[in-house]
Amino acid sequence: MGRFIVRRLIGAIGVLFVISVLTFLIFQAIPNGDPAQRIGGRTANAQELAQIRHEWGFDKPIYVQYYKTMEKILTGTVVSYSQDINVMSEIRRGLPATLSLAIGAGIIWFTLGVFFGTVTAVKAGKFTDRSLTVLAFLGVSSPPFFLGALLIYYAGYKANIIPLGGFVPFTNSPWEWFRHLIGPWLVLSVLFIGIYSRVLRSTILDTMHEDYIRTARAKGLTERQVLIRHTLRNSLIPIVSLWGLDFAAVIGGGAILTESVFNLQGVGQFAADSIQRLDVPPVLVITMLTAFFVVLFGAIVDIVYALLDPRIRLTG
Amino acid sequence: MSVGTGTAGTGTEFSAELFVQGAELPPGIGPYRLAWRRLRRNKAALAFGGVFLVIVVLCLLAPVYASHIAHTGPNDNHITEMINVGGKPTSVVSLIGIPIGPTWHSKFFLGADPNGRDIAVRLLYGGRNSLEVGFVATLITMVLATIVGLVAGYSRGLIDGTLTRALDVIWAYPVYILGVALGVSLALGGIGPIHGNSLLVPAFVIGFVFIPYVAKPIRGQVLGLREREFVDAARVQGLSHLRIMATEILPNLASTIIVFIPLMLANAILLEAGLSYLGAGVQPPNPSWGTMISDGVNNIPAAIHLVLVPGIMLVVAVLSINVFGAGVRDALDPRARVRIGR
Repeated sequence: MGRFIVRRLIGAIGVLFVISVLTFLIFQAIPNGDPAQRIGGRTANAQELAQIRHEWGFDKPIYVQYYKTMEKILTGTVVSYSQDINVMSEIRRGLPATLSLAIGAGIIWFTLGVFFGTVTAVKAGKFTDRSLTVLAFLGVSSPPFFLGALLIYYAGYKANIIPLGGFVPFTNSPWEWFRHLIGPWLVLSVLFIGIYSRVLRSTILDTMHEDYIRTARAKGLTERQVLIRHTLRNSLIPIVSLWGLDFAAVIGGGAILTESVFNLQGVGQFAADSIQRLDVPPVLVITMLTAFFVVLFGAIVDIVYALLDPRIRLTG
Repeated sequence: MSVGTGTAGTGTEFSAELFVQGAELPPGIGPYRLAWRRLRRNKAALAFGGVFLVIVVLCLLAPVYASHIAHTGPNDNHITEMINVGGKPTSVVSLIGIPIGPTWHSKFFLGADPNGRDIAVRLLYGGRNSLEVGFVATLITMVLATIVGLVAGYSRGLIDGTLTRALDVIWAYPVYILGVALGVSLALGGIGPIHGNSLLVPAFVIGFVFIPYVAKPIRGQVLGLREREFVDAARVQGLSHLRIMATEILPNLASTIIVFIPLMLANAILLEAGLSYLGAGVQPPNPSWGTMISDGVNNIPAAIHLVLVPGIMLVVAVLSINVFGAGVRDALDPRARVRIGR
């Protein structure tokens, strides 16, 4: 176990390093992408630009620039190009919205995904299975910003049930917090529910043919006991691993579309806005944050895997 | 007996089990004939495949519709014009900027946008762009992912380690952040001789982002295939590594590749829409379903048809690819009877 964690940690640091270098290079490669121009604004003359370049270190070789930026990120003092604001405090400001979105949606999509997956597997081939399968395909095929726009229009403008966007912290008003998040939760969950229920359905159907299921039935267990204790427990393993990775991506700001269409002002929306301003420092930090969560949850999922299934050994 | 290759659920365990199943059928039937027979029985998959084909044809006919029915181009402004709707003249875009809704006539069949452009014409041209980006991106993903997966799985060792690490990096990179970052940066700079507002830029970005999702399972399958007897036989015959990869292993990957094509096409079209929504996909004034929905979202609540028309079209197109793709997968999967029969 200890060796596994250490190896994973080293791997994670390697991945984060390469990702940060790549992100830095993507934005360096842009022609007309001179950050001094954006800091100085349109009115800056050549002399002022030169001074900005000197102050920010843009006249230094690229590896020095990278080193300086990373140093600032790791000490938490990194500042964005366009507005001269501290990136870390900006991310901290967006984190409550993103966390609320991720946790609520994560619970919804896991519960409903497992529920629909189990129902479709048990009723395989019947009408319930077919109609839920159609719904699952619809969920997988709908872009979140389209669903979000429809929800805002019909449930927001027309029916006045949900607000038109924005985020209210839980500590201000739990009810308003819930009202502002119910739309984003549903929209973000739809896609994942579609995927999870399909995956779980086929895993359960495969598991049903295992010998130990026949043994369980032969022991005289009821169908319900067989389903919950034996079939479902083993079929949930791939779902748990999927959930870990998707959840990590959403926490790290991966739900850009949902955050943008509902104007949640979370980490993902901050990333999208920063990219459009070609503002490298926030993009760099958020990318590394997301990748960090993905790698971290990947390792956690592997550990949970080993706990759920004694046949799996932790390597690499 | 089983050809288990460690690639869960991609319908890869092919030849051995199929021949066992084939024994019940008339002699000499190949795996692909068998798959085709199964697909032909799946009426829902065929119907949705037909829907997608219709959408493709309609979008290809966009110039015909534009010049013979609507008499306007995708980027032509009619913002100040009046048209006849049900006998009375109506502004295409009202004085407070609200565009006309669907007229169900040859002109502005599905309404206009705030710039006075014909939505139906833009929908078809936009579909051409969305589908073109989708197809080119899928081609890029499939070709590169097959090469990477094949080389990594076949050579193992250092090359495999390096390629797998590279895939891990792209994979850990959040799809939308990588897509938007590459999209914005390349839209400004272009790729070499390719101009920044070319459709090839989003196609390249999307194709690149999805490589690990295909390359990883292919690598896993190749790892299993290279240990099989027919590869040993080829090696003993003195075939070169390149030849073994191309003529011995690649044909065995065909079913996996076929299964991935519709899946990737659907995802590529969805990602194009997402990137366009965030301003990092197809660049205006070029229409695409994504840019059209994005325009519409900015015009809520004045004109919901701006969101509905391209949105429904996009969902129908992606849905039909997904259902057809699932049918193809079930047909190629030897365990298909277990999956759909019960």
